[in-house]
Amino acid sequence: MTKEIIYNYTLHLADNALILAQRNSEWCGHGPILEQDIAITNISLDLIGQARSLYQYAAEGCEGATEDTLAYLRDVRAYKNCLLVEQPNGDWAQTILRQFFFSTYQYFLYQRLQQSADATLAAIAEKSLKEVTYHVRWSSEWVIRLGDGTGESHNRMLNALDELWAFTGELFTPAGYEMEAVKLGIGVDVNEIKGEWEQRVNEIFAEATLPSPTTEGVWMQAGGKTGVHTEHMGFILAEMQSMQRAYPGCEW
Amino acid sequence: MQTNENILTKNIWSLLQEVTDPEVPVLTIIDLGIVRDVKINKAGAENEIEVVITPTYSGCPAMDVIRMNIRMVLLEHGFKNVQITTILSPAWTTDWMSDAGKEKLKAYGIAPPNPKQQVCNTQLFAEDEAVQCPHCNSYNTRRISEFGSTACKSLFQCNDCHEPFDYFKCY
Ligand SMILES: [Zn+2]
Repeated sequence: MTKEIIYNYTLHLADNALILAQRNSEWCGHGPILEQDIAITNISLDLIGQARSLYQYAAEGCEGATEDTLAYLRDVRAYKNCLLVEQPNGDWAQTILRQFFFSTYQYFLYQRLQQSADATLAAIAEKSLKEVTYHVRWSSEWVIRLGDGTGESHNRMLNALDELWAFTGELFTPAGYEMEAVKLGIGVDVNEIKGEWEQRVNEIFAEATLPSPTTEGVWMQAGGKTGVHTEHMGFILAEMQSMQRAYPGCEW
Repeated sequence: MQTNENILTKNIWSLLQEVTDPEVPVLTIIDLGIVRDVKINKAGAENEIEVVITPTYSGCPAMDVIRMNIRMVLLEHGFKNVQITTILSPAWTTDWMSDAGKEKLKAYGIAPPNPKQQVCNTQLFAEDEAVQCPHCNSYNTRRISEFGSTACKSLFQCNDCHEPFDYFKCY
């Protein structure tokens, strides 16, 4: 039972990292300027590295699994990432805001996960936190730059907020395996980090001259953590997994 | 006391000096500080050599190559029973880079990392660290991008000699 909880919880963390990495990597060669193309793909690389550490650990708890089978041979319903990370890149503003919401969440999550009773998860959190700190700073600066930029960039941030806000509630709505993991002392209670996350978002939004987002009257979408995804997820996997499905076991 | 085991361990450490970082070939893995331990494990007739390493960045693609190269170098010197263990905690920091390594980096044209107290925090638009230009030694430089050609570097330019250069960022 404990083994299954650790497996599911670790997969959830890994899927979040991998799917956002896959989304960001779509920018490779398409970034608005060279330096930012390099930045967003470097963030992808960090997230893929974190996902690998997590999948390797998850694979230990599942007979016959490897990091590759977990990433490439599961189907949509088996993925446990939150809906936010699978949302399309949209324009640069939407990509930036998605990164900001997620990195800020990951930052507070990993801070606490460092104290996990599970030594491997604690070590992965300690390592990843250094990288996520860069992501938080970079994406926060971009939210301000665009929000407090031109009329055009400001409007695009408002549009991005409209597109993404409804997917932020799920971050703080624990799935069953998260609550079980909290009981075992290995997982983080996402309710505990909600306040810090909101405070940081409000601080950055104020500086970006963006309106403080409110949850009142907003229907928050959920389901990704238990495998009920938006229509985008199948397309992401189709692209990401096509090689392994066409040529099973291929390496280069 | 110089036991056989001590001599063997020392020998392994010096052999590991032959393994370099594939992305920054002037640095050995010892310079980088990613080798954390060398253990001799009793395993029947032939001892097992265990090399404990820690990655620089989680997604650093050089790590797989480094693991293979460690194995190759030890194999070349007759050590067949090699175990490479990866640990994540304590997390690698640029403070573990040797002084010799920092000198080599600078000579190679990459500004070496500043001391640990300048590791990134979430503070916004932080004052750029005074990073010294590896070409003309000027501190009058500016950051162009937080992210560079590899995970471990950011991009700088010198305001005096105008050369762009890589900075091995604090971690
Ligand atoms: Zn210069």
